[in-house]
Amino acid sequence: MSHLPANLIGRRCARVRGLWPHAAAVVLVLLLAPLARAAGTSATPEPIQAGPADAATPARMRLISQEQYFNSLGYVFGPDITVGAHFAPFRRTDGLLASGSSSAGVTIAQMQEFQRTANSLAEQVVSPANRAYLVRCTPRRDTSADRECAREFLLPVGRLLFRRPLDKALADQVVARSVEGANELHDFYGGLAVALEGLLMAPQALFVADRVKPDSARPGYARLDAFSLASRLSFFLWNAAPDDELLRAAEKGELDNPNGVAKTVDRMLASPRLETGVRAFFDDMLRFDDLAVLAKDPGIYPTFGAETIADAREQTLRTLVNQLLVKKLDYRELFTSRDTFLSPSLAVIYDVAAPPGWTAYESPPGSPRAGMLTQVSFLAAHAHPGRSSPTLRGKAVRELLLCQTVPRPPPNVDFSLLEDANSRMKTARERLDVHRANPVCAGCHKLTDPIGLAFENFDGAGEFRATERGAAIDSSGVLDGRNFEDLAGLSQAVHDHPQLSACLVKRVYGWATGGATQPSDKPMLDWLGERFAADGYRLPDLLRTVALSSAFATVREAEPGQTHAAAPAARPAPERAAGGKTP
Amino acid sequence: MIRTARLARLSRRRVLKGMLNGVAVTVGLPMLDCLLNDGGTAFASGAPLPLRFVTWFWGLGGASSVFVPKVTGADYDLPEELQPLSGVKQHVNVYTNFNAFRDSAPNLCHYTGWIVCRSGIAPLASEDKPGETIDVTIARSIGRSSRFPTVMVTANGDMRTSFSYENANSINAAEPSPLNLYTRIFGPGYQDPNAEGFTPSALVMARKSVLSGVLDQTRELEKVVGAEDRARLDQYFTGLRDLERQFDQQLTKPEPIAACHAVAPPGQDPRPGIDADIVAQRHRQLTDLMVMALVCDQTRVFNMAYSAAFASTIKPGYEKPHHTTTHEEPIDKVAGYQTVASWFTRRAMEEFAYFVDAFSKVREGEGTLLDNTLIYASTDSNWARIHSIDGIPMFTAGRAGGRMRTGIHVDGGGTAATRVGYTAMKVFGVDAASWGSKSNGTSSEVSEVLA
Repeated sequence: MSHLPANLIGRRCARVRGLWPHAAAVVLVLLLAPLARAAGTSATPEPIQAGPADAATPARMRLISQEQYFNSLGYVFGPDITVGAHFAPFRRTDGLLASGSSSAGVTIAQMQEFQRTANSLAEQVVSPANRAYLVRCTPRRDTSADRECAREFLLPVGRLLFRRPLDKALADQVVARSVEGANELHDFYGGLAVALEGLLMAPQALFVADRVKPDSARPGYARLDAFSLASRLSFFLWNAAPDDELLRAAEKGELDNPNGVAKTVDRMLASPRLETGVRAFFDDMLRFDDLAVLAKDPGIYPTFGAETIADAREQTLRTLVNQLLVKKLDYRELFTSRDTFLSPSLAVIYDVAAPPGWTAYESPPGSPRAGMLTQVSFLAAHAHPGRSSPTLRGKAVRELLLCQTVPRPPPNVDFSLLEDANSRMKTARERLDVHRANPVCAGCHKLTDPIGLAFENFDGAGEFRATERGAAIDSSGVLDGRNFEDLAGLSQAVHDHPQLSACLVKRVYGWATGGATQPSDKPMLDWLGERFAADGYRLPDLLRTVALSSAFATVREAEPGQTHAAAPAARPAPERAAGGKTP
Repeated sequence: MIRTARLARLSRRRVLKGMLNGVAVTVGLPMLDCLLNDGGTAFASGAPLPLRFVTWFWGLGGASSVFVPKVTGADYDLPEELQPLSGVKQHVNVYTNFNAFRDSAPNLCHYTGWIVCRSGIAPLASEDKPGETIDVTIARSIGRSSRFPTVMVTANGDMRTSFSYENANSINAAEPSPLNLYTRIFGPGYQDPNAEGFTPSALVMARKSVLSGVLDQTRELEKVVGAEDRARLDQYFTGLRDLERQFDQQLTKPEPIAACHAVAPPGQDPRPGIDADIVAQRHRQLTDLMVMALVCDQTRVFNMAYSAAFASTIKPGYEKPHHTTTHEEPIDKVAGYQTVASWFTRRAMEEFAYFVDAFSKVREGEGTLLDNTLIYASTDSNWARIHSIDGIPMFTAGRAGGRMRTGIHVDGGGTAATRVGYTAMKVFGVDAASWGSKSNGTSSEVSEVLA
């Protein structure tokens, strides 16, 4: 508070107590001093919207993800440092792998992997090829310890890896380890590597633990300390640890006042690292981890290979970044826009020509290719290896984009009607009619198939087809009461569906705060949804609103005897593997 | 030979440190029990050859009419789907008519069955992973002295296909890449037990000393988190302790192992894909590497997944993957079963035969690696078409150091499938009066297969 001009505080905050970082009013508006805001669509100062007064999150201890670890180290040591490690994936929770990070444990096997990774990284950093530019000081002799040089290297690196300065005792301990190691090995750089390995696998590096300070004005609530707030911001927006400038902002107390946080957030939104963070978020939300193991039958889809899969993911992410971050368009337009990018491998699927590399591509008016639902990453991922799947596609629309839950298939399904080897059922619609006529199956298939059948003009690899086994395809359907004639109609219905933006808000909030959303978050999510709509459904504005909200920096204190993170987790959406691969 | 007792008064660290102050020297640490006894059934010290526990998983069961042998006991027949086992039948026990019980829990498709067979407990929901898997339990009994307490590998290319977990939030991710597996087992950190001489690594000692600092930092972090997160840090702490143990091992000359020999790194991973041929290729590469990992005592427990429970293995040119086929393929009126689904099962059994055979080919002492191993194979369902978990089939293979009889078909008479896992646990000395919960709880071993 002390960083805010007294008159501003007095004028704007007279009716509330303890304004920052929590809010005591439903909506707190602080008009900031003019600042160059890179994000959003307006050049004028943006008000800080704090959100519902009692919104907060549990204090969490997240296990760092493989991507976050690598991103962070890449920023610290540069892109030439490579590691072939494989951290165990988190359990998808409330629609996001990232939300599983706050409950993920470390098995012995995972611990071994952390160590292997740390060892490899440390050896690379001090290798003769890299030490000249990564270890800026020069030891008196390579063959013995040099305490000062070790300190000069290890403490700044430790600060970045731990995301806060090392206290004196720890700093001395880390340097002492390096000195001991150098003496035992007769190698300064060997000692440095040993100490660095310890830092890289330390719990402070691998776990992102929220550290809080009590808020005497609000019993039951606490505030993230500046470094925890910096970490939360950084993993949210960049999917990486804070950079030096962000840590300096925390050290200087700039994150203890709303102006300082707003300035920092705007810098982060303008950083090239934002693209990395946004890509990671959509990678998670759209379950692109499934693409890593996607396979098609080459006998049935001979043009669909590993390159197609990689390019399909890249196409969608490029399109997202271009439309949401570069052009700052309405999120919903992703589902109707004809603008995308093509690579040669995708051009084969699209049946158009494309030069090497990536090329901006606008599908012609009237083309069936319009919007994200017509991209290969969606069509092929939610299909079988050798054919399409209206059920999987319908399920994906509901669960990934609308945050709805489709029940698991029942165990006692009667498939006898499908057993006629000489079936006259040529199209998926005819086959699925069997399910929808069966009371046991109908409950779920009525949720998925009227949506999924709209995709039937695209086969399991995402190629357009006018007919299936010689029969015309009827791609009409209905989404929650909205009838449509084809996939373009479904895309428009998804665009207009109120849960489309609400789902994005829910996922962004879970991503931002590192855990599953709770029923108690509903007022906050509703408020964010309103703000998102008011801002024209622009993603940078949503990110900014979340980052500057009171809830983002406020922690609900645990009941005595409970863990900070003990609030009951929302029931996770069914996982793909658990949900079953249905017809 | 220096006797162990003479060294007991000197700590290993003290000895090695003394030797390392100066130039690195090659020392011959006590060989301990590196030599086999005259009969080749145990080490010279009398310690038995190491026992290994291995699991194998295949998805979607089989068609009972062509899977379940008609004859019980020894010299059982091999129905069509088990024909691929003809070359290893004498090593294999077949368990049929055992049930996985769900009690009041739902039958979670392709999930309840495998969870019961591996944890003894019926899951309540699709994200529920109750207890811990049997490999983790047995590894606690026999695996902690080896470099890797338990390893999970999968032939379907998907690291998420794991049948090994410590708890619901601590799953042992599967290694799908033979190249990565090779690096993990035989890359940096691997000690060739048959290497000439032994040079304790000053670097390893320095790296080990760093761990004590990391352990201290864990305690510091525990002060600022809640109870549940402290439990997660305790688990991390246990992992650190295990790393210390591994460093200690690296500072000790390993016992020579005659059967252990250098493994050539795989040239390259099989291409991505899940068609049956590629899965088989991946399965065989992983199997060969893991067999040598056992022989060289890098681990004593590992898990192989041939497929996921929702096996999506492809038959090239056939539009439906295995799982969809089990639900949609018509039953052939002549054969009386789903012929394509059966094709997938037979491919799985071919790989199980390869797996068992790989163990039987390795000489160890006067017998084979398989003689000192127990392989436990389970699936997710009996008849996948209707998600039946009654009569869920299982196999074991190997004699577990002479504690198991082999070549037997056991009809479980509708008793709990967990009896097979419980038998394995008793064979490996797990101190458990029973295993499993509710109807899956058992304290009854499968006596027919015990020697």
